[in-house]
Amino acid sequence: MKSAVVLFPGTNRERDIAVALERATGQAPAIVWHAETSLPKVDLIVLPGGFSYGDYLRSGAIAARAPIMRAVVDAAEAGVAVLGICNGFQILTESGLLPGVLLPNAHGKFACKNVALRVETSQTIFTGGYEAGQTITVPIAHHDGNYFADDETLARLEGEGRIAFRYVGENPNGSIRDIAGVYNATKTVLGLMPHPEDATDARHGGTDGLGLFKGLTAALS
Amino acid sequence: MQITPAIVAEHGLKPDEYQRIIRHIGREPNLVELGIFSVMWSEHCSYKSSRRHLRKLPTKAPWVIKGPGENAGVVDIGDGMAAIFKMESHNHPSFIEPYQGAATGVGGILRDVFTMGARPIANLNALRFGAPDHPKTRHLVSGVVAGIGGYGNCVGVPTVAGECSFHPAYNGNILVNAMTVGIARADRIFYAAAAGIGNPVVYVGSKTGRDGIHGATMASAEFGDDSDEKRPTVQVGDPFTEKLLIEACLEIMAEDAVVAIQDMGAAGLTSSSCEMASKGGVGIELDLDKVPCRETGMTAYEIMLSESQERMLMVLRQGREHIADRIFKKWGLDVAVIGRITDTGRVVIKKDGRIEADMPVGPLADDAPQYDRPYVPTPPRKTLSARDVPAADIKDALLRLLGSPDLASKRWIWEQYDHLVRGDTVQRPGGDAAVVRIEGSKKGLAATSDCTPRYCFADPFSGGVQAVAEAYRNLSAVGARPLAITDCLNFGSPERPEIMGQFVGCIEGMALACATLNFPVVSGNVSLYNETNGQAVLPTPQIGAIGLLDDIDRMATAALKTEGDVLFLIGKTKGELGASLYLREICGREDGAPPEYDLAAERRNGEFVRRLIASGRVKTCHDVSDGGLLVALAEMALAGGIGAKIDPIWDSSMPAMPPQAFLFGEDQARYVVAVSSKDAKKIEAEAPEGVVLARLGRVGGHGLTLAGFGTISLADMRARHEGWMPALMEKG
Repeated sequence: MKSAVVLFPGTNRERDIAVALERATGQAPAIVWHAETSLPKVDLIVLPGGFSYGDYLRSGAIAARAPIMRAVVDAAEAGVAVLGICNGFQILTESGLLPGVLLPNAHGKFACKNVALRVETSQTIFTGGYEAGQTITVPIAHHDGNYFADDETLARLEGEGRIAFRYVGENPNGSIRDIAGVYNATKTVLGLMPHPEDATDARHGGTDGLGLFKGLTAALS
Repeated sequence: MQITPAIVAEHGLKPDEYQRIIRHIGREPNLVELGIFSVMWSEHCSYKSSRRHLRKLPTKAPWVIKGPGENAGVVDIGDGMAAIFKMESHNHPSFIEPYQGAATGVGGILRDVFTMGARPIANLNALRFGAPDHPKTRHLVSGVVAGIGGYGNCVGVPTVAGECSFHPAYNGNILVNAMTVGIARADRIFYAAAAGIGNPVVYVGSKTGRDGIHGATMASAEFGDDSDEKRPTVQVGDPFTEKLLIEACLEIMAEDAVVAIQDMGAAGLTSSSCEMASKGGVGIELDLDKVPCRETGMTAYEIMLSESQERMLMVLRQGREHIADRIFKKWGLDVAVIGRITDTGRVVIKKDGRIEADMPVGPLADDAPQYDRPYVPTPPRKTLSARDVPAADIKDALLRLLGSPDLASKRWIWEQYDHLVRGDTVQRPGGDAAVVRIEGSKKGLAATSDCTPRYCFADPFSGGVQAVAEAYRNLSAVGARPLAITDCLNFGSPERPEIMGQFVGCIEGMALACATLNFPVVSGNVSLYNETNGQAVLPTPQIGAIGLLDDIDRMATAALKTEGDVLFLIGKTKGELGASLYLREICGREDGAPPEYDLAAERRNGEFVRRLIASGRVKTCHDVSDGGLLVALAEMALAGGIGAKIDPIWDSSMPAMPPQAFLFGEDQARYVVAVSSKDAKKIEAEAPEGVVLARLGRVGGHGLTLAGFGTISLADMRARHEGWMPALMEKG
């Protein structure tokens, strides 16, 4: 599986994802600068975590209009897998590739801690490494992770099986229906707030995030 | 403009200091020159009250690459790599404007580290607030924590450890100390000494605005009732620009272009340019018309004294300006050649074709006045006998201690910090020391910040020893070999002999501990005048320390892990309750001498613990400090989610003592370790001469069971321990 990681000014988890991808695929991802207008030919595009453009204006809002995003949208529409983690998820919602918005956490504070997630389906290119209904533990680290969408959108997401992950037990940010991650209509674009890349090594304190990268590798290689 | 005595006084300069300026430059200074002298000679920049005492601190060891005097200290960590680290205070601004004060404190210390060529890999902090029920405390805690998080989270450097305590002595002056640890190739470290006559002086980063003018002067005076009016001297941070600046600086440092580099911190362009010239023994000429400014009409005085954040000054090799141009523009940052290095030994400032300042560099940076302030040692306190301290119900005392301000869990704070970014955090906050893996290796850097101000107040010398010893212990408890320390010395006004007495006592205590433990000071910062209307903070010589783990898979954590493991107490217990938390929280008293130190035992016990961890047989270790043995055991049980059964060893302890003295005494140089039953006998036999080892009991159960006192459940302990801080911060 070939992958590319997009680097915006203010991105800060590019190293975490690059290490996780290399660990899972044996291949380092290409790093693509935000000012580029084209992407290398890859099987997976990752928009990593961080504070693109300082998250000024609104998290992800400026990055969604960066030159490279035209190419990301085109690739996504052509069926290339796109994974947005944390700030990447925010960028995907701001760019219209995913529905809904990420509001500031309901408690108003940044939150960095392990959370429990339920994997809603194993029938996607992202989650083949998990069992449906499995609970995994991965960390979160965000200030704006409170997912919100209107009732109609939520009904459609639920009906089409497009909720990827839900928080189990404690909801760490007030997210509606405990939603932690969602897919696009073709389930080739995934956005999630938690950081599976930071749970891929026993020294991280857990390896539950590996399943995502193993699943992707199996599906896309 | 005529310089009047009133203008001199407004600049925080004493009349004799002004005469000294006139002698140095051979005439009356103009306002720009006076402004430059005032910041360079401020306590904050010149260390004029502290320098003669700082010299007492040991600064050398075979692994020290660069000690104090640069932006940060540098130590060798093997494999061609170096760790670069420093701690710095941002107390005054954080009290006035907690969010921005704390945020810019983080920004400043990050720049001190990456200016030397290091990639920052960990942030730490140490926070001291006033009484929890003081009307300002909650506002200050919430602002400071949000500010540290807001900055550190955005720049993508994990905030991995720290400490936080409360005392009414900080009601009018909180302490916000921030530390950064970075790593660099040992052969690619950048220093501040300018060189190469004719080389360009290049300004990079944010534009200069009118913010923070006279911040260094503010940090060199005590507060009165009007401290809120000083808000305009606090700078505003932009962590996004800092992140870009880190990447751009590290990128240009990989090219053969940078001769010298210095961040614009306190006293901004003034101190960065004068220090670079002074360290290089050269002159510098700046054209302020070239400085990127945020607003129009800024005067030379304002540009030179602005403390706008996220700015750096570099001296480049001639002809490499285009490299800086390419890299900094790529990152969207301002870059401008604003001057040249000269051979005149003078700092010359031009603006609008006029010479605004022209002075010799030497006196500015090196010939600041030095003071031998009079001091009176703190009178010694009486050592308390454990029998003079009232007994309390042990279970109730433990629960109260676990829910007391200084011992309660600080999860509410560190969950607001991204402590995981970069994916190398292998020991998270909440333990004795955090551990961050050294990129791409099996090695880890451990880091901790420590000080016990109530001991320093009771006995500055002993408190100074203890602060260093506790840092040594916290590193040893995770299995790391202590390497070196950075210090942040927070005291009241040095113009009061009793405060100078505290300062001198703490430094001399630290010096003894550093020398005995082979644990040198490689960088540091002094923050004086932390007082309001004559009420000084507790003497707080904050220690930041790093240690090295050769193999992160042979590391200990405080969490109890396996039922049936045998618990050992390492170190001798005399039942020291003087200046203890038991005395303060349970008996409502703060008297008595602090626990005695025994540096030979510190070293012996620390080495033994590290050997056990390195052998792979000890995975669980915790140092015994605030609150004593029973609090340490409770923290281990809570961290592991499993209890322990403790034998009544206080009955047979020598010398005999009441149970509360054994269980809550804060005797030094002690650790608790858990080992498997099969290793227990062997480990007992291995204890070297002089290491006192006592079996405490076994791991297991859902609480701490104390022979004769019953069981205290994990749930009850957790409720108190975790409940205090959210209850304080989230109540209506």
